[in-house]
This record gives sequence, C-alpha cells and structure tokens, in this order.
Amino acid sequence: MKLIKKVLTAAVATAMTAGAAQAAITDNEVRIGYLADMSGTYRDLAGPNGLEALRMAVEDFGGTVKGKKVVVMSADDRNSPDVASSTVRQWLDSDKVDMVAGLVASSVTIAATKVLNGSDAIGLVNGSAASSITNEHCTPNHIHWAYDTYPLANSTASAIVAEGGKSWFLVTADYAFGHSLENDVRTVVEREGGKIVDTVRHPLATSDFSSYILQAQASGAQVVGFANAGGDTVNSVITAGEFGLAQSGQTVAALLFFLTDVHALGVQTAQGIQLVTGWYWDKDKDARAWSDKFYKRTNARPSMVHAGIYSSTMHYLKAVEATGSDNAKVVRAEMAKNKVNDMFTKGGYIREDGRMVHDMYLAQVKTPAESKNEWDLYKIVRTIPADGAFRPLSESKCSLVKK
Amino acid sequence: MTMIFGVPAAAFFGQLLLGLINGAFYALLSLGLAIIFGLLKIINFAHGAQYMLGAFAAYLLLNLLGINYWAALFLAPLIVGIIGALIERYLLRRITHIDHIYGLLLTFGLALIIQGLFTNLFGVSGNRYPVPSELSGGINLGFMFLPFYRGWIVAIAVVVCIAVWFLIEKTKLGGYLRAGTENPALMQAFGINVPLLVTLTYGFGVALAAFAGVLAAPIYSVAPGMGANLLIVVFAVVVIGGMGSIMGAIVTGLAMGIVEGLTKVYYPEASNTVIFLVMIFVLLLRPAGLFGKEA
Amino acid sequence: MAMTETTKARVSAVQESKKAANRRRIMIYLALLAVALIAPFLAYPVFLMKILCFALFACAFNLVLGYTGLLSFGHAAFLATGGYFTGYLLSQHAVTPEVGILVGTLAAIILGTFFGLLSIRRQGIYFAMITLALAQLVFFFYLQADFTGGEDGMQGVPRGYLFGFIDLENNLSMYYFVLAVFLIGFMLIQRTIHSPFGQVLKAIRENEPRATSLGYNVDAYKLVAFVISAGLAGLAGSTKTVVFQLASLNDAHWHMSGEVILMTLVGGVGTLVGPIVGATFVLTLTHQLAQSALGDWVNVILGVVFVACVMAFRAGIVGELQKFAKKNFK
Repeated sequence: MKLIKKVLTAAVATAMTAGAAQAAITDNEVRIGYLADMSGTYRDLAGPNGLEALRMAVEDFGGTVKGKKVVVMSADDRNSPDVASSTVRQWLDSDKVDMVAGLVASSVTIAATKVLNGSDAIGLVNGSAASSITNEHCTPNHIHWAYDTYPLANSTASAIVAEGGKSWFLVTADYAFGHSLENDVRTVVEREGGKIVDTVRHPLATSDFSSYILQAQASGAQVVGFANAGGDTVNSVITAGEFGLAQSGQTVAALLFFLTDVHALGVQTAQGIQLVTGWYWDKDKDARAWSDKFYKRTNARPSMVHAGIYSSTMHYLKAVEATGSDNAKVVRAEMAKNKVNDMFTKGGYIREDGRMVHDMYLAQVKTPAESKNEWDLYKIVRTIPADGAFRPLSESKCSLVKK
Repeated sequence: MTMIFGVPAAAFFGQLLLGLINGAFYALLSLGLAIIFGLLKIINFAHGAQYMLGAFAAYLLLNLLGINYWAALFLAPLIVGIIGALIERYLLRRITHIDHIYGLLLTFGLALIIQGLFTNLFGVSGNRYPVPSELSGGINLGFMFLPFYRGWIVAIAVVVCIAVWFLIEKTKLGGYLRAGTENPALMQAFGINVPLLVTLTYGFGVALAAFAGVLAAPIYSVAPGMGANLLIVVFAVVVIGGMGSIMGAIVTGLAMGIVEGLTKVYYPEASNTVIFLVMIFVLLLRPAGLFGKEA
Repeated sequence: MAMTETTKARVSAVQESKKAANRRRIMIYLALLAVALIAPFLAYPVFLMKILCFALFACAFNLVLGYTGLLSFGHAAFLATGGYFTGYLLSQHAVTPEVGILVGTLAAIILGTFFGLLSIRRQGIYFAMITLALAQLVFFFYLQADFTGGEDGMQGVPRGYLFGFIDLENNLSMYYFVLAVFLIGFMLIQRTIHSPFGQVLKAIRENEPRATSLGYNVDAYKLVAFVISAGLAGLAGSTKTVVFQLASLNDAHWHMSGEVILMTLVGGVGTLVGPIVGATFVLTLTHQLAQSALGDWVNVILGVVFVACVMAFRAGIVGELQKFAKKNFK
C-alpha cells in the first residue's frame, strides 16, 4: 500500500513539474552533474582538476542563482559509454540534474548526449575532441565548447603548408578520431597544393614508435604529422627526438596536443613543435588572473579544457539567471543570444549546431632558453579568427542546421 | 634500389634491427615471468606494474636524490626486487598450496593497486627521463640512423639474458632452485632453506622487470600505464616459448620482436594482435609451447 | 540383497534432508524472485537492469569455471558479439528486439563453438591463454569493422517494441523483460547443472582421467558446456545493448574478461547464486565509488577487493556464507 502511494505521489509530482518546467527553476535547485574520467587514461585532460574549475565557477557566481542553490555532483565515467549512459539517465530520472559538464572520451560524450536529447537538461561538452559531436551527432541538448579536431587539423596543417611544408607523412592512431584527423589534414594539405606521401596506422596505446619514425624518415617527407593523442603522442615525439627527425630536416607536427602532454615532455624534447589550442593560460591578462586562482587550488596550470569548463558553466549560470529557468530549451536559446566575453574568449558565439565558435591560436612550444618555468610552455604565433576556425555550416551534416 | 617484399632493402634491414631491439626488451621481461612461473608456478600478473615501478624508481632517484642513470640501473631493481620479495613473503606464500589461478588473481589485484596509486600520485601524462649523456646521439649505419641508446639496450639485454640462463641452468645455485621447487621436502631435508630460496627467486624475477623498466625510462614516457599494455604481449611470449622455459622465453622474445617489427611495416594496424595469432597456431601445433615439455 | 531396517531408515533420512534442502532452496529462490519483482520501485531500474545483465554474464562464465574448472579469459568476445549483432539488426534492419536478441545469441553460440573446438583440449593456463588470444583477434575484428563505429561505439540503438507491441522505451516494461531473460538464462544453467549432464561435468572436474576411463567423451561434454556458456554470455550482451541502446569496444576488451572473473570470484565460484551476488556487489561498489568523493580511488579499491578475496574469502560471499551455515546450523 505504502509503495503504491509512493509511486502515485511521484507520478503526480512529475506531472506537475512538467507543466511548470518552462518558466521556473525546477526542484528549487540548479543541479549540475560533472561526468569525466577520474581514474583512467584521460584523467589529466579534465579529471579532478576539471571538477575544481566547475566548483570555481559556481563559487564565483555566488553559489546561488535567483536565490536557488547551485548543487554540484560528480561521477567517474570509467571511459565506458555504458556507465555514461546509465549515470546520465539516473541523473535525469532520479536526481533531476539540469546540466551535465565535463564529457571526455567521444564514446562517452555521444552516449551521454543521446540520453540528454529531448530531455530538460543540457550538456556542455569540453573534454571531447571529435568534431562529429556537433556534426552528425548534434542534438539541441548540448553545446561543444573548448575545441574540436577540425581547427586542430586544419589550422596546424594550413600553417605548416604555408611555410613550405608541402609533403606529409602521417602517423595515425587506428581509431575513429585518428582517421578523422587524418582526413581533415589530407583535405587541407591537398587543397593548398601539398600532398600526403604516405600514412601509417598504429594501434592505440603502442609503446614503441621507432618503426613508424623510421618509416617516416625513409619517406623523405618534409613534415611528419602525428594524428594520435595522449600517451601515444608523447611517445611519438620522444622517439622523433631520439631518431633526430628535426636534425635530418623534417618538421614535426602534433595535431592533438595538450598542455599536459607538453608539460610531460618538457621543453627540451618538445621545443619548436607547432600546435593549435583553444586557449592558453598565459595568453592575456584575464586568462592569467584566472589561472593564478586555479593554480592556487590545484598546483597546476589549467588546460583549455579546464578553462572551457569554467567559461561554459559561467555562461550557463548567467543564462539561468536571466531567464529564471533551468529548462534546456530556454537556457540554450538564451546562451546563444549572448556573446561569450570572459577569460576564455572575447566575442564567442554559439551556432545552431551547438558549436561555440571562438578564436583559436597557433602556438609553438618554447625553447629551454625562452621558457622561464615549468608551465611557461607556449608562445602564441598568431590568432586564428573565429569565423574561419571551425567547420563551416555549409559542410555540416547536423540535422539542426537549416539548409 | 633492391626491394624486399615491396620495401627497399635498406628500410627492411632497419626494421629488422628495430624489431630485434624490441625483441631484446621482450626477452628481458618474459625472462622474469618465466623464472617466476618455472620455479614458483605463480603467474605474475603484476609484472607490468613492477616494470613501471622500475622506471618510476629511476625517475624518483634522479629527481629527489640526484642519483644518475648508471647507479639507478643497479639501485632501482634492488629496491623493486625487495618490494617483490616482501609481496612473496607476506602474500603469495600463503596461497602456494592452492590452485595457481589464485596467484594470477592476486597479482592482478596488486597490479590494479600499484597502478591506481601511481595514477593518483603522478597523473597519467607521464614524465620525462633524460638519456644518459654518455649514450646520447647516434650513428648512421648507412641503412638507418641508430641512436646509441638503442644499441646499448640490445647489448645489455642480451648479456643479462644469457647470464641469467647460465645462472639457472648451469650453476649449482640454479640446480638447488630447480630441485627446490620440484621436491621441497627433500631439499629441506638436505638443509637448504627452501622458502627463503623461493622468496629470493620471486624478488629476482621482479628485479628483472624493474631492470627493463629502467632501460625503458629514457626512451618512453615514464607513466603509470606504461606496463599495462605490455603485460599481455609479454605473457603471450612466455606461453609461445613454453611456460617456464628460460631459453624459450629468450628466443621467443627476440623472435616476436622481429615478427612484430615486420608487421609494423606490412600491416601496422595488426601489430598488437599478430602475437596472439602466432600464439594460437603454436598452441594448436605444440600444446606446450615451442620449448616447453609436455606435461 | 535385502536392506536392513537401519539402512532403510538412514536412506529415508538422507532423502528427507535432501527434500528439506530442496524446499529451502525453493524458498530462497522465491524470496529472491519477490525482491526482483518489486525492486524497480525501490531502486533505479536502469541500474537494476545493468546488474541483471552482468549477473547473467557472470553466471554464464561460472558455468565454465565453476562446473568444468576451465578459466576462460576470453568471455568478453561473446558479450560483445551478442551486443554488436543485436545492435546492428535493431538499428539497421528495424527488427523487433526479441529477434535481434535471438540472432545475437546465435552469433555468440557459433563463435563459442569455434572457440571451443580450438581450445577445449587445453588445460589450465593454456586454456586461459588460448581463449585470451582468440578474444584479442575478435577485438581486432570489431575495431577494424565499419559497422561497429570504432571507439565511438554503436550508438542510438532503438529499444523498439517487444513482439511488435510492448513499448520498451518504458523503463518498467524494459525491466520486466530483462528480468524474464535473466530468469530463462538462470533456469537453463540450473537445469544444466542438476541434469545427468551436469553430474558428468562435475565428475570431470573432480577427476578427469576417471571420467574418461568410465567411457565419457570428456572433450564433448566440456565443449557443450562451453558453448552453452558462450551463448548465455551473448544473450547477456544482446540484452545489455537493448537496455543501454549502445554497444561499444569496452565490451570486447580483455579488461571485461577480467571483470567477470572478479564478479564470479567475489560472489563465489561454483555456487549457483554466487555470480549474481558478485555482480551486484562489484557493480554497486563501482557505482557508489564513481559518484563519491573517492571517485579516483576506484581502481585501487577494486584491487584491494581482489587481494582480500584471494587471501581471506576464497570461497566468495556466497561460498563463505554456506560454510558458515554448515558450521553453525548443522
């Protein structure tokens, strides 16, 4: 009897909140769920420090929106789409979460956004690289913030081709993101009159890259591009240094290269490598001021992912405040109405496919002589203007884009 | 240009040499596993984690105490070997009398603990360990550029492998070891401290893993996950060679390095998988492995 | 030969106690069933479905390890095969879920037969390694194949309408369907173990040469058990894909084969309900840890559970409870 009563009350409550959802902050709280890899391969990308960035945003906002408390919960996704799918479902059904942040491995992000699609909650993706997240996998319930593979591949490749690096050899991770990076690079290089001499696809988490480096050396290509990620990129760069690719006149390009990777390598090994980033902690006054606060709490400098988490959460909370609602549709529209002007970017805007469009930066790893401390790693070579940086809507396969 | 199977001869020889270098590495790692299995019948799933510990020990010795590579080559295996001996003394010894599967499960659990701790302490991105200055640079062999350090790896690994083989198969101490595991009661009766012998043997096998870890530190990123993926490959090497066969582990290690190296040229996508294909064929044709004795 | 009164009495006493044990077992099953039926009103149904799927997977694995003594290190291959085949049929050919699941299970059975034929003559560590090697080849195949979506996984699989008219988008109908699938799988295992076939398996596990000398074709018995196990693992994978609406490479990875060993070990190898308890324990633990402040310690804690099980609770939760009951209530 008691049970039936419980079920009935729950049903009535759901029916009532559904009616009022559009206009108000439901359940008297704004609930944010942080889903990221906390213990595995992608831990350094977002991980515990990303949660800290999220908490900073909530604190800086004052901890409440319109008098309603902002509550943060977190979960380790264990890099498993199963876990992502069930966690987000539970957050929606039982915990009434309004916003999901973090989201790293592409399989995890896609699984999470499929669950979010059509719900009242919104996902703010910062950790993932795959540009397919706002392309064939776009939904009205998520926004992709910090970066994606399209500008990384495009801008790096076109900058290097412009400097005369016409022939390329690609070392690609034999995974979907590797293939997509490879295709993007191929398109750009061929469009600008260069050519891909050869490619080699290695399994994920390869420990020894010497064979591939030797093949790259023998190919005679001017540029050796690494279309892989994380530990694979780090080991590729180490081996490239060991076999003296630079001394034999070849340029090394890392297409998916994060601050944490460069930090792991050190400037001695990574010096001179060109890369594209969505943000750099030392890029201007606002970025520096925020990253000083971050450094005090975590003892590490923030990556573009950490900064993106802070920036997107702030932008979200502002929209909730302005509309007095935590409904995904309402908030999403409000977020798109206002430009993003903060420590992350100036004049950023959200497109109909869910891509937050902002300036990207072509950077180069400093030499040991230039680098003043362990986190003084990049010099910004030039700004890539927002409008040319991301995949143009005319090429989009997203169903939300009106053609 | 002379071509071998569609690849220029020079490049082909270069790849063969690199394969051999990696093979020397596999030989060293599988040697430790084979000793532990052959003498203790323990399937040491923590071998990858202990390899990682070796690399980290070298890294920490350098950065905390300023102890250089050459000293670390000796000290790191010693430290990690002692940790291994403690693991044997306080954990593994208590389960020697039951099904060997439990040894596998126990060491698997230990590997999870060690890797998890290091991930939380050092993050996953890894750390850089410099190539010792005596061995930096390289030589142009005509068909390829060979870093001196890679040459050093293959030389020292082969020397250590042969020395260990000699120690176990040809000396009196090795004889005690083999007899001690086959008939502990009898050896005990002869006044030999068998449990101590077993503890030292496990510690020695672990030290070999750590030694490989120190060798690896200057050429790979020193990261908590560095041993996890290597583990099942090295396992396959031991099984192909014949569980417990010292010579089998060494020869198979070198051979699998070459097989993998050539796969990296002709079908790189499968370079992590090819060893398992070889293993299936070997086990179908020779159930006890290439050098193993049928039970 | 005439039986004396005392032996007769003894026999009937044994029969009585057997009957009592049976009755007790049935009572336990009924109680568990009652819990399972009301569970979705007390806990989150999707999580319960996950537990049921993995419990079935662990039970299937236990049929091989616990009842024939073979440690398979390649069961992830069957889980993934069931999942991918079902996912493919549901999303590309719009079949009804039960058809998708049947085909997925069938695919796992075929793969299991192939694995079994190659590996069943090997024992101990060699059996473990050859199943691991075969599973690695299967992983490689799914990584290379286009239809799996690589590491992005096969996503957005529709749950569809069971038999064409029961809407599985509803979590409650989905739950009772998964429960039914689980019960069918569990009954099949229970029947297998208590059948004459199961008795022969036990005899093989206890003393293989003796079973051979009694004229049993030992390899054939083991093979059948292995294929049943593979099929049920596939069934678990197929059902999981319908529940989560996705299939991914994680299911084919060797870590998954390791995880199912942990579940079985924690619950109790060779006990009927052990794997169910083990799966529930491991999943609840990781789920709770993942959402707690200890999120980044989850691997360390799992490792400690592994070590503790091997050192102190080798019989697993259910096994230790049985031992305790035998000691104290006899």
